[in-house]
Amino acid sequence: MAIDKNSNSYTFVFAIILVVVVGASLSYASLTLKPMQVENSIQKEMMSILNTVDVQAERSNAADLFYTNIKERVTLNYKGEVISQRSGKIDPKDVQDPFNVDVQKEYRSSQLSIESKQFPMYLAEVNGKKLAIIPMVGKGLWGPIWGYVALEEDFNTVFGAVFAHKSETPGLGAEISEAFFQNPFKGKKLYDESGNLVSIKVKKGGADDTDTHAVDAITGGTITSNGVSEMMKRTFGVYDNYFQKNRTQLTGL
Amino acid sequence: MSTAVAEKQELVKEAVPRESLFSPKNKKLITDPLNDDNPITVQVLGICSALAITVQVQQAVVMSLSVIFVATLGNLIISALRNTIPSRIRIIVQLVVVAALVIIVNEILKAYLPDISEKLSVFVGLIITNCIIMGRFEAFAMGNKAWPSALDGIGNGLGYAWILLAVAVVREVFGSGAISFPGVGQIKFLPAGFYEFGYMNNNLMILPPMALIIVGIIIWIQRSRNTKLIEQN
Repeated sequence: MAIDKNSNSYTFVFAIILVVVVGASLSYASLTLKPMQVENSIQKEMMSILNTVDVQAERSNAADLFYTNIKERVTLNYKGEVISQRSGKIDPKDVQDPFNVDVQKEYRSSQLSIESKQFPMYLAEVNGKKLAIIPMVGKGLWGPIWGYVALEEDFNTVFGAVFAHKSETPGLGAEISEAFFQNPFKGKKLYDESGNLVSIKVKKGGADDTDTHAVDAITGGTITSNGVSEMMKRTFGVYDNYFQKNRTQLTGL
Repeated sequence: MSTAVAEKQELVKEAVPRESLFSPKNKKLITDPLNDDNPITVQVLGICSALAITVQVQQAVVMSLSVIFVATLGNLIISALRNTIPSRIRIIVQLVVVAALVIIVNEILKAYLPDISEKLSVFVGLIITNCIIMGRFEAFAMGNKAWPSALDGIGNGLGYAWILLAVAVVREVFGSGAISFPGVGQIKFLPAGFYEFGYMNNNLMILPPMALIIVGIIIWIQRSRNTKLIEQN
């Protein structure tokens, strides 16, 4: 018996079968490839964290280097109090693990109140030097920007900074991911002589060499530069309490 | 009544004697899109991705392979289903097939080639809207048997690929001075002496407008050499 291929019922049955088959094959592909994709994004994040403290890592050795250099992972609440602490191997399913806090998602989420936001931090020991690495997220001109800033033991001096962006203008705002913009952050201070948090400003028109709280902005990338300033000021504001409590001595004042 | 006519046509089609797998007609399916009927330079389709991801050769290679894969497998699937697809929803069916294949390719890239996948970003997803693929589904696979359709997919994929590669090689050599290969590192193509005489890498090459100009130059060369493409007025 010939089926009428122009009938509505045939069309519906065909569409349903097609969608079920396609849906099943896609979810199978997604499920089987998921563990590898998770692994890849973990490695990527480890690489950028290690990069901040001058440890060059490749995908293949990222995990090893991460576990040898990063001693402890801490999550703070908005008041700068420690709410969870982890060390050793990362469990991707452990929601309390600071490594699994999606800073970007929490920053953008409008439902999440400030009280329930989590602020992760990594405590590293590289070549005998104790360092704290702070992830941060902010707004650029076209999309999100993010970065990691490593601080020395005094929680004041910047050891290194790495920034990245999603879709800033090439040649202008996108330059924040280049070394010439990031290197001047080294050695800058977050606190002034009287111990107040002033953060580091990305200054339009150039910063003085003697100014320990400013770096040069990017020509034509004003909004992105301001985004970096805002991001650092806001993020360090959250960690301020922790810094005040935990620092051993305030050097370089 | 219309079904009766359709059935009759099918019978006529079946009566055609079987061709060998690589008959001249089938070979033409592969060679035509490379030159006379090239999807990029003659049909001017798929330009968007040709401009965006030809900064580096390795990106162009991965993108080309993805397109060849989607075009071939998609053509094969559509061709196999062509007699069962209800004509009223055929475009939707084609879209579902291409979307499913592209998502699979994207997931595989994310799992096995994360760095390249990041650079290709949205452009793998945009294969779905690449007119080359939907065009081949509608124009060829809906009316032809599986084997010629697969060949047609490979042919058009390759036609797309060689233009992409040609543009990428020019852009990377003159824009970056060297081509980077995964696992091998950068291979310099310009002698160091050039730089001593004040030669500088051309930054314009890295920007999308230059890709358009290079595609234009390829079209110009092709039109001046291929007599079939010269328009007669």
